[in-house]
Amino acid sequence: MKMILTGNESAAWGARLSRPKVIAAYPITPQTSIIETIASFIANGEMDARYIRVESEHSAMAACIAAQNTGVRTYTATSAHGLALMHEVLIWASGARLPIVMSVVNRAMAPPWSVWTDQLDTMAERDSGWIQVYTQNNQEVLDSIIMSYKIAEKHNILLPTMVIEDAFILSHTSEGVDVPEQKKVDDFIGEYNPAFKLDPEEPAGFGSLIMPEGPYMEFRYKMALAMEEAKKEIKKVVEEFNETFNRNYSPFIEEYRTEDADAIMFVLGTIGSTAKDVVDSMRSEGYKVGVARLRYFRPFPAEEVRRLAKKTNMIGVVDRSYSFGPGADLFAETKSVLYNHTDIPVKNYVMGLGGRDITPAILRKVFLDMLHIAKEGVADKEIEWVGLQGDERWS
Amino acid sequence: MIEIRFHGRGGQGSVIASKILAKAFFMEGKYVSAFPYYGVERRGAPVTAFTRMDEKPIRAKYQIYEPNFVIVLDPSLLSAVNVLKGIKEDGYVIVNTMKKPEEMRKKLNFKNIATVDATSIAIKHRLGSQAAPIVNTAILGAFAKVSGLVKIETVMDAIRQAAPAKQEENAQAAKDAYESVIMGGD
Repeated sequence: MKMILTGNESAAWGARLSRPKVIAAYPITPQTSIIETIASFIANGEMDARYIRVESEHSAMAACIAAQNTGVRTYTATSAHGLALMHEVLIWASGARLPIVMSVVNRAMAPPWSVWTDQLDTMAERDSGWIQVYTQNNQEVLDSIIMSYKIAEKHNILLPTMVIEDAFILSHTSEGVDVPEQKKVDDFIGEYNPAFKLDPEEPAGFGSLIMPEGPYMEFRYKMALAMEEAKKEIKKVVEEFNETFNRNYSPFIEEYRTEDADAIMFVLGTIGSTAKDVVDSMRSEGYKVGVARLRYFRPFPAEEVRRLAKKTNMIGVVDRSYSFGPGADLFAETKSVLYNHTDIPVKNYVMGLGGRDITPAILRKVFLDMLHIAKEGVADKEIEWVGLQGDERWS
Repeated sequence: MIEIRFHGRGGQGSVIASKILAKAFFMEGKYVSAFPYYGVERRGAPVTAFTRMDEKPIRAKYQIYEPNFVIVLDPSLLSAVNVLKGIKEDGYVIVNTMKKPEEMRKKLNFKNIATVDATSIAIKHRLGSQAAPIVNTAILGAFAKVSGLVKIETVMDAIRQAAPAKQEENAQAAKDAYESVIMGGD
């Protein structure tokens, strides 16, 4: 059924169709309308789940962990400071191998207070052991939640997943969305079949103390293997989803006009959507540019990024966050996987922080800078902050 | 692509209007997006909302800077906000006011101005209160007439489906505005 939904309503529908049994959540702008929508689904009897109101995001994740440990599917949602407050228990959830699915609405971290989009909140959790999928429209928000349960719950994966949407640009924007039939979703993801659970008939304890010679290191190694294995499962599940629901998702990198491109912009989230319009208009003027949108930041698809680099003479990595390291996260990881594989120039464009609007005009300027670097064969600098107040080069 | 910007005050329903208009376009088979400019909204403060419509999927994920249409729900905003900012030369401004377009032109230096007394229409249909009438559905009827981009019947159906209360009164308000809007300009 086609409906007009905001990104947050799409997330709520994705959760509803996936039939989690427990939702534990705490409100935070711009996520709140996800859990409000779910609360009304439950109150109206449209969704059969227990909604647990908690006093913080830390407790929300703790409640999801406990519930999932009893052998049921769970869901929650948060943003920014809420995600940061969850940090400790995020690592518990992944270490305990609980396939929880959570929506995260990307929002800037204070101070100064900002409720607008910025990817620092999820980037700061890149090492938490969660799968991370970034989306560009409301359809992808809804669909990714369904796919995420199926991928996360496979017994060779068992890793929790963040389904990530840009604040306001998706969360509060209404678009036409195809809401799949419940029966089709049920058939697609199936009943939740936990690999292990708390059971009074067979008492067991999880997460107890182990000595250095105990298998702590092996636990982490198995998580690393599962994250690698997730690449295969993501590919399979995305293909199956495309087939079943008549969609066209690329598993890891959505490429647009990248064949024969002199320079490719590499991005996460909604910037990749706007950039396609810019690519079309620049191509019509004879500029050979393309855009590649990364969907999964965890697991990071190293092989696909290397293949992308082989198609072009320059990669411009756009980050909507900064990590105070050697460039922002997408840039640092892109350069890391390309090292020893290519010597094309790679430059980091840091832009759109705190929700600053990313317009076609500013993306066009970035593309022109990228083409100049492609021609020169060397980047003028590694990291460029684009669109700072008073910087006339980008205004 | 057609881009529409709404100017209203917090509590007048500009954001809802942008969504209902998107729904009406959607019901006629168009691709749409509708979104608010989120400040920290308070009742009475200036609010901006946007609707995009196209024949093909909309990939634009940024604010609207050069609208084809500007819809002003509260005439007092004309002295507070530059409602004409970025409007396309052949665009249209629709203002909720008792004044005629030629009178408005003294205040707004622009060719295509349409006016509609949405406030009186809303009061007549008891939408909101006498002091704070809700004009968002009426003004959409005026948009249907001025733009010719969507049928008034579709707008009325979209209102019936989306309005949380007084569905029929809201739909009739749109019809009244459709019939009474005055179009100035070429």
